[in-house]
This record gives sequence, structure tokens and C-alpha cells, in this order.
Amino acid sequence: MASTDTAPPRRRSRLVHNLKRLGATVLALAATFLGLMLITFVIGRVVPIDPVLAVVGERATTAQYEAAREALGLDRPMWEQFVIYVRDALTGDLGTSIRTRTPVAEDIARYFPATLELATIATIFGVLLGIPAGVLAATRPGTWIDQLVRLIGLMGYSMPVFWLGLMGLLLFYGILGWVGGPGRLDAGFEMMFEFDVPRVTGMILIDTALAGKWDIFRNALSHIILPAGVLGYYSMAYISRMTRSFMMNELSQEYITTARVKGMPEWRVIWVHALKNVMVPLITVIALSYANLLEGSVLTETVFAWPGLGLYITTALFSADMPAVLGGTVVVGIVFVALNMFSDILYRLVDPRAR
Amino acid sequence: MFAEPTLRRVGLAALSALMLGTAPVALLAETPADTLVIADAIDDIVSIDPHEAFEFSGTDMLNNVYDTLVELDPTKPGELVPGLAESWDVSEDGLTFTFKMKQGISFSSGNPVRAEDAAWSLQRVVKINKTPAFILAQFGFTPENVDQKIRAEGDTVVLELDKPYAPSMVYNCLTAVVGSILDKETVMANEVDGDMGNEWLKANSAGTGAYVLRSYKAQEGYVLEAREDHWRGAPKLKRVFVRHVPEPATQRLQLEKGDIDIARKLNTTDIEGIAGNPDVKVVDDVAGYIYYLALNQKREPLNNPKVMDALRWLVDYDGMAATVFKGQMMVHQHFLPRGYLGSLEETPYELNVEKAKALLAEAGFPDGFTTTISVRNDQQRVEMAQSIQNTFGQAGIKVELKPGAGAEVLGDYRARNHDITLQAWGPDYPDPHTNASTFAYNPNNADEGQLTGILAWRTAYDPGELHDMTEAAVIERDTDKRRAMYEEIQRKHRDTSAFIAMFQQISQTALRSNVEGFYTGGATDQATYWLATK
Repeated sequence: MASTDTAPPRRRSRLVHNLKRLGATVLALAATFLGLMLITFVIGRVVPIDPVLAVVGERATTAQYEAAREALGLDRPMWEQFVIYVRDALTGDLGTSIRTRTPVAEDIARYFPATLELATIATIFGVLLGIPAGVLAATRPGTWIDQLVRLIGLMGYSMPVFWLGLMGLLLFYGILGWVGGPGRLDAGFEMMFEFDVPRVTGMILIDTALAGKWDIFRNALSHIILPAGVLGYYSMAYISRMTRSFMMNELSQEYITTARVKGMPEWRVIWVHALKNVMVPLITVIALSYANLLEGSVLTETVFAWPGLGLYITTALFSADMPAVLGGTVVVGIVFVALNMFSDILYRLVDPRAR
Repeated sequence: MFAEPTLRRVGLAALSALMLGTAPVALLAETPADTLVIADAIDDIVSIDPHEAFEFSGTDMLNNVYDTLVELDPTKPGELVPGLAESWDVSEDGLTFTFKMKQGISFSSGNPVRAEDAAWSLQRVVKINKTPAFILAQFGFTPENVDQKIRAEGDTVVLELDKPYAPSMVYNCLTAVVGSILDKETVMANEVDGDMGNEWLKANSAGTGAYVLRSYKAQEGYVLEAREDHWRGAPKLKRVFVRHVPEPATQRLQLEKGDIDIARKLNTTDIEGIAGNPDVKVVDDVAGYIYYLALNQKREPLNNPKVMDALRWLVDYDGMAATVFKGQMMVHQHFLPRGYLGSLEETPYELNVEKAKALLAEAGFPDGFTTTISVRNDQQRVEMAQSIQNTFGQAGIKVELKPGAGAEVLGDYRARNHDITLQAWGPDYPDPHTNASTFAYNPNNADEGQLTGILAWRTAYDPGELHDMTEAAVIERDTDKRRAMYEEIQRKHRDTSAFIAMFQQISQTALRSNVEGFYTGGATDQATYWLATK
């Protein structure tokens, strides 16, 4: 680190360098978002579904239809519609959903926390189980543990989430009664949450904890555990498989042999030395898997009657509710970019060479 | 995305298989004793302003939050009873209707209900001119004249119509949700930019109904709270909580576990599956939906009367009802659903390939022809279309199915771009004119007419004398004569029109066995929550 009073020229060049990099990043981000919006916008306009019909319904007269079309701004040229959209989006106005008639930003603020809560717990499951499983499999290749981990991974790749979700519900909710059913809360608790708990984050677990409503918290936990487990299973399958292959690669490196020759305990070689190096690519894997879950899983959300982002975007798509689809896509885009930047930062912390 | 239906079906099949083998569930999650918890798919709701709402889930809610001047008795389908009006009368010339308001009823705000509120509400329907506005506007009301034509005089509301419509028609229309009476003072206090409270009513209610809207979240659910001082007497259950549960298999699990009291969107597999469970019961009711084929009269040879006749004999009505629908549809070959004035129950058509072949040969198509059927991409409708494709094929008619999203298929139909389309139609208000005026009525069949709201126009069908008969029936003041007129129109329509009516929907509601007094409203009315007990 250059000290401030001894090397001003170097500092300036570094500042310029950093500013340039920042500028480049901002430009790249702007281009990414503009492209994302443009593509979604164009797709939304060329699909053969008429958003006006979704608003006015089947019975509307031609006059009512035209009035609604005008109100939605669909009578203007397409480029003009896009410019207006981008201009409004820059001020945080994502338009008004055609279906729900509420501002899209408001809708997303309601649906996204449900997805965020679910995805976060699922990812925690995935990481806590997936990494140790992958490491165990890599250190004992060919043994029954390795086979088991690979089998679990394979099943995670091939079983449809819809089926697994229904089976999970049937077994753990229907027959055993260990967990809460579909939805984020039981009906009674849902009304208590709706009317008695101040909304802070929109995530039930956090809001009820802040309000000290532990009975609602417990009920929410019993409801989230199964869908999070199902999604976490897929996340675990992916993470364990990637951990296994990264780890096997790492264990064949010379520094590992050196460490072993020096007489370092095997657990330390694996869990400290090797794992530290594996963490770098693994962070990308985890971030990707988390980002995937944050898009919202339509099928899981359908089975579990979970009012999340995936269900919102899909329902919107089927009724050609383009403001909602666009808004949802932009939010998903932001999530991807944010997670990418976050994993970049983590890289630097974990890997000295990247500093 | 494309794999979804298959995966779903595998999942459902496996689930059913497993469920057959399982004992009744052990642990029971109770719903709150004073709350009726209903699982339904409510993502059809566009608006909960009663003068804009026109979807099933929305009007079910609003029926319990608002009242109309006259209403249908929920326990006796089709019977007209006083609502907010205690009596009504029609002038000698049949043009002026007067409604005398009941006294002592208040809105949920505490404001008393006045004739002025009623007149203002009906004016509002015409002025904000949303989709269901035509139900009132068809009596000659326009935004310009409605202040004179609908007015309050003391404690009566006066309606002046442009033609002497059948009184039954007028009363029936006023029972529709669009006839809801709103609290003028409260709504106008929340007016924004001259919207007459339209924006505010998206999240609030201002009615006289048994329940008050406590919270509504689109695609999530809504909560209604009972009015203790309701004029019909306090509802038995203090709250109604309707949750959006899109997946039928999920609804079924919740019902069997006791997490909900009523499941409204179970499919045939689920209904069969819960048959042996003593904790739940299934109640059948007719619904208003008619499933039909529309033959585009701009397409050869679909406009050939002999070909049209042949096609009527090429639908496996009974087979589909038994195999595809299993109790969720009944064969119905007329445009008025059962439960309506003048509806017919006879079913003269059946699958008869030989007869159809003979008719096709007479028409000059002994080897059939090629055509397409557009259909909404939903499992039941696609299965229906596949069955029709199969039976048409038996007479040599080669059918290509064109599945698409609902709005896409509808858009095609409205643009007259279909060959044959498989559609469903639900009536708009509980009077026979609602379906007669769309299936058998078409004032201008030219493309330029652009009468996209009228089914006959969409399929380019000119109903000829049926059009005049429909116009005559709607102003026939003798109800018995009126009934006979609709019967005649329907029989002729059934045998000659460009439509092939096939089925009427049956709604199957699954309830916990302790729930009583829940009425779906059948084909003519909306759901009633205020009589329910558990």
C-alpha cells in the first residue's frame, strides 16, 4: 500500500486507473440492462397474446377495447413505447401491472421477499450439506460414500421439482404431519401476520422475529422448511458435484503432496489447505445457484402456493402483462449483477492473487 | 416450459396412486372456528370495483360485499327477492320502472342507504363505462342522458328505458354484480382525477353487504370481515379468507388435512380421490359455462348447411362426458344453460358417423376435407379437441389442432381468423337475453361491423330470422310466452346455426363435512358466504 505523503504521482495514476475501471463497469452495466430491457420488450411485443384483451375481457366492445389500448399506450409506435419505458424505469417507475392494476414496483416489493426468504434458506441448506458431501466424496473416490453422493447428485439432476415437491408435501405434510402445508402460513396465522405484524422486510421470518411474534415465526418456519428443503436439495446436488470435481483436481496438486510429506494431519490438508483454494471457483457456483433460485421457481411456487417472483412473472407472461414481465426481468437482472459483483469481492478476500 | 404438462401429469398420477393407499391423515391442522377458509384460483381477478369486475372470482367476492336493488335467492335458484328495494313497479307503457327503497339500512361506513345512493351508483356504471357497463347501458342509458333517465325521487329510484323491455329482463339485469349499490359519500370522498373512486375501490369496499373487505392482495388472497349490524342479520362466520392456491392437488391435500374448509378448483382426479374420505364431501351444482364449437362462415365448406349438419353428428357427446370430464360436464346442446328461463334439456344429437358421412356425400365431400380447430392450451380443452379431431377423422375430415394461449386463441376468434374454434361461454347476467343476444343476434355481419363482442359476428354467422325473434323475445312482457319464444329460438339455432353447443359445466365444490350453507350460485348467481356455518 503506497503511503499518502511519499508517492503522489503513483497515487494519481492509480486513482485514474480505478476511475476508468469504475466508468467501464458502469457503462457495461448500463449496456447490459438496456439490452435486457430491449430484448424482453421486443419479445413481449411480438408474442401473439393481446394485453388489451387481458384487461377488457372477452365481452368488450371495439370502443372499450380501443380506449383501453390507448390508456396502455399501445397505440404509440414501438420505439416510443420503449423510450418511455426506459425513461420511467430510470426514475424507479416500472409502470403499472395490467393484471393486478398496482405499480409493478409495489408488486415486486411484495413478491420478491417471499422468493428471497425461500432462496436464502434453500441455499444455506445446499451449502451446508453440499460442500461437506462433495469433499467427503472427493477424498474417498470409488467408495460407497462417493457412490452415494453421486447418486444423490444424479437424482437431483433428473427428478422433476414438481414431482418431488408434491411427494414431499404428501409425505411430510399429508401423512407424517411434521411440517406446515402449502402457503407461507396457516390461515389463522396468515391473518394475524396480515393485521398485527408491521411489515419491515416482507420476509415473514424476519418481520415476525422483529415484532417478537414467535408463534407466527414458528408457523412460518414449519411452512418454509419443506419448499426450502426441496429447492435446497437441487442446490446441494449441484454444489456437491462441483465441490467433488474441484476438490479432486486440487488434491492432485503438488502443494498437497508437500503438505502431506511434511506430516501435516490429513484433516488439515483437506479442510484448510485444499478447501481454501477450492472456495474460489466454488463461490461462483454458489452465487450462480443462488441467483437461479432468486429468479423464483415457478413450479415449486405453484405446488407450494408460494406467492413468489417466479409465479408472478409467469402469470404475467401468460396474460401478456408486459410491464410486470419487464419489471420482473429487470429485478432478476439486478440480482444477477449484484451477486456477480458480490462474488468478485469475495474472490479478492479469499484469493490473495486477485487482490 | 414445454415439459411441464407431462411432468405434472406424471407427478399427479404418482400422487394419486400413493394417496389411494394411504389411511386418512393423522395430524389435523384446524382452521380458526370463526373463519371460513376457501382455496380457489383467483388470478382471474382484474378489478374489484363492482362496476368494473367481470370475472368469476371477483364477482363471487363482491356478491358478499355489496347488495343490489333486487336479488336472487341464493337458496332457490332463479327466484327474485327484494334486496335494497322493498317493492318495485312498472308503468302501463312498460317504459318506467320504480323501486321503493327499504328504510334503516346502512353502509359499512355507517351512512344510511338513500335512493340517491342507488341512483348515483347506477349512473356511475354507465359513466365509468367499464366492461360490464353494457348490462345497464343496453336499456338506452348513455353517459349523457343517464342523469335524467335514472334518478332519485324521494325514497324511490326511477329508471326510464328506451323500449318496453320484458320486466323479467330488467330485474334480472339489476341482480348482476354490476347493479351493486355503493356509498356515494364515501366513494366520492376518495375520488382521484374524476375516476369516481375507481382507483380507491381496488383496495377498499363501500357497500351494504354481509361482509366488508378487510384486505385484498392480487394473486394471493383476500379477507372479508362480517358486519354484525347487517340488515339480513349477522353472518354466522366472522371472517372469510379466500387463498389463491393454483394447484388442484395442493388444494386437495390442504382440504384433507383440514387446513382449509372449502376447495373450489379440484379436478376429476382429486374428486375421485377424496370419494372415500368421511371428513370431506363434494357438492355438485350447475355452472353457467357452455362449451361449443364455432364454425367460421367465411370458410368453405364450413358454411355449407349439410356439412354443418354432418359435424353435429360427429361429436362424441356422451363418450367425452364419461371419459374426459367424469362428472364435471353434462351434455347440453343449446345456448341457454340449465337454470335459465327457457332452457332446454333435450339432447337430439349423438355420435353417428354413418349419418354424417351420408350428409357429407350429399354436400359433395364424400372424402371429407381438411380444416383446423383452434383451442386454448388447457388440458381439458385440448383433450376435448383431440376427441373431436378423432371423430371428425372417422368421416374423413382431417383436422389439425391449433393450441394456443387463451388470449391468443381469443384474439384470432375476434379477428374472424379461425376455421373452427373450441370455446366456452359464460353468461353475463341471469336473463336468457344474455346468451341469445350473442349466439343468435348479429345486426351487421360485415367485416366492417367490428362487433367483436358478439359471438355470431366473430364466426361470421348471420342468424336471419333468429335475430328478429331475439329482438322480439326481449320485449315480450308475458313471461310464459317469453319462455316459449326462447325455446323456439334455441331449437332452430341448435339445428341450423354455425355453433355446435356440446356441454354445460358442472361445478364441483369439495367441503369439509362440517361446512353447511355454502352456495356457489349455480348458473345464474354468485357465491354466497353469509349463510355458511361450520
